[in-house]
Amino acid sequence: MNKWRKVLINPVLGKEITLRMRTPKSAFSIFAYVLVMGLLAMGIIYVMTSGSGMQSGRVDSGVSRMMFYALSIAQLVLIAFMTPALTAGVISGEREKQTLNMLLTTQQSSATIVLSKLVSSLSFMTLIILSTLPVYSIVFLYGGVSPSQLVSVFLFYLFVMLLLGSIGVFFSTLLKRTILSVIMTYGVGLVIFLVTGLAYLFAMSIDRVSYYNSGAPVRAYSWVGYLLGLNPAGALISIFEPSFSKSAFLVQGSNLQSSAPIELWQEFIIV
Amino acid sequence: MIEIQNLTKTYGGFDALKNVNLSIAKGTVFGFVGPNGAGKTTTMSILATLLAPTSGSAKVGGFEVTEQPHEVRKRIGYMPDFFGVYDQFKTTEYLHFYGASYGIPRAERDQLIPQLLELVNLSDKKDAYVDSLSRGMKQRLCLARCLVHDPDVLILDEPASGLDPRARIEMREILKELKLMGKTIIISSHILPELAEMVDEIGVIEHGVMVAQGKVSEIQNRLRVKRVLHIRVLERAEELAERLRDEAHVSQVLHDETGVHVHFGGGDAEQSRLLGGMISAGYQVVSFHEAQSNLEDVFLEITKGGADHEQMA
Repeated sequence: MNKWRKVLINPVLGKEITLRMRTPKSAFSIFAYVLVMGLLAMGIIYVMTSGSGMQSGRVDSGVSRMMFYALSIAQLVLIAFMTPALTAGVISGEREKQTLNMLLTTQQSSATIVLSKLVSSLSFMTLIILSTLPVYSIVFLYGGVSPSQLVSVFLFYLFVMLLLGSIGVFFSTLLKRTILSVIMTYGVGLVIFLVTGLAYLFAMSIDRVSYYNSGAPVRAYSWVGYLLGLNPAGALISIFEPSFSKSAFLVQGSNLQSSAPIELWQEFIIV
Repeated sequence: MIEIQNLTKTYGGFDALKNVNLSIAKGTVFGFVGPNGAGKTTTMSILATLLAPTSGSAKVGGFEVTEQPHEVRKRIGYMPDFFGVYDQFKTTEYLHFYGASYGIPRAERDQLIPQLLELVNLSDKKDAYVDSLSRGMKQRLCLARCLVHDPDVLILDEPASGLDPRARIEMREILKELKLMGKTIIISSHILPELAEMVDEIGVIEHGVMVAQGKVSEIQNRLRVKRVLHIRVLERAEELAERLRDEAHVSQVLHDETGVHVHFGGGDAEQSRLLGGMISAGYQVVSFHEAQSNLEDVFLEITKGGADHEQMA
């Protein structure tokens, strides 16, 4: 046990985890996070079962799948907000607390320090994500979602956290002040989440207009679909619904039976 | 133990260090003196491998700081002028963390840390959170942290700044103990009297230039172009003051209730003749002595004007 501890936990990582878990702030963050997710799940069930007009008034597998999607997208948005907040100050924070110089004169290499800080932040994020599993269990109560889908969604979260976390640590190392680093990380996060999505919608509309105007015969997939592959939300939806990748590439009106050139989540991960 | 040659550091267009040369033997306590912004912290940061010099070389224990920083870090304990602590740690955990960062095994640390806390008089605070310690205690804890890997060289940047007189005395006592342990210590300060008692050598730096360097007494002698003589006579002090103003080598004469103070530019022979002259003129001399110039006077003498430094440098 001790041997493994020695191999897996270096002093910086041990320090980070100890210090993080000692603050009441961490417990509050987890509580607030699970509370938001729980309220969201309850809200969806309430709306679905209120039985007005179109709704059947009961939760069937279709509804629970919808709920799973909604929760997963909400979780993705929360990750996008939490990860920069957790990682963008790890190095610049040490600098501001005037502890960085002493840490740098120890035998720990700069790479060890930076990576340990990234891993400790991400492990905390993972803890938060795992703590939302009970909320997901509500979905399993009603069926409609396979465990493998859940696992792949969680792996996808890990990947997004690693991406945003690395950006956060990068800016935190580069910039002297935490506040600047946080702003830059959110800025880049915004580009990844929002700008790619908007660019897809915009480019797709232009592409369709030009397609109809030219009156060309049925055409294969549009390049515009690749833009959506850069968007985490797009990639996430493509994990739920494999047909989504295909439709993203299709120009409206055309109907090809072949599969999409690439699954969106694959593209996202490759990029 | 420490060799610095032609060390230069430039920030933008500003020269923080200009061709600094310095050599410190093993076991020496070296006082680094100079006004704020003179280049003390820059030099120490370079030695601590935190800053790369623009040109020149700096070696600790024979290892070049830029080429083998890992080896240099094993040999130095660095205490910055301003530092923070991890508030959520207890003092022992704090030392355990740094000990582990230096690769010291747990069993060894368990033995070492009580000894270190004993050395810096913090044994009774071993379970206290670092947050709850006073500034003086934090300063001492930081010193214990520097010692955790038993380095040969201690680089202490203003270790006594912001401490009350009692805490300052405690810090001085600890440093004396470290000197006895044979550590090579570089200590910087802008408050000179606190260094005077314990340093073997001093280096005075100003505007990035090493203005003077050597044993404290040597530098005092070198600088003693003018000595101040304190003379007390039984009577006719005012008349004596008037008379001394016309004497050779005397540049300034002050007279107050404690006696006559003469700024004298001559050597020992001239000084003896001056005394002989006074006695033969019938003055009843009670005391005639040279004022002891301390480090502070030396510092002020060295750094008092631009033209002077050029000569000294």
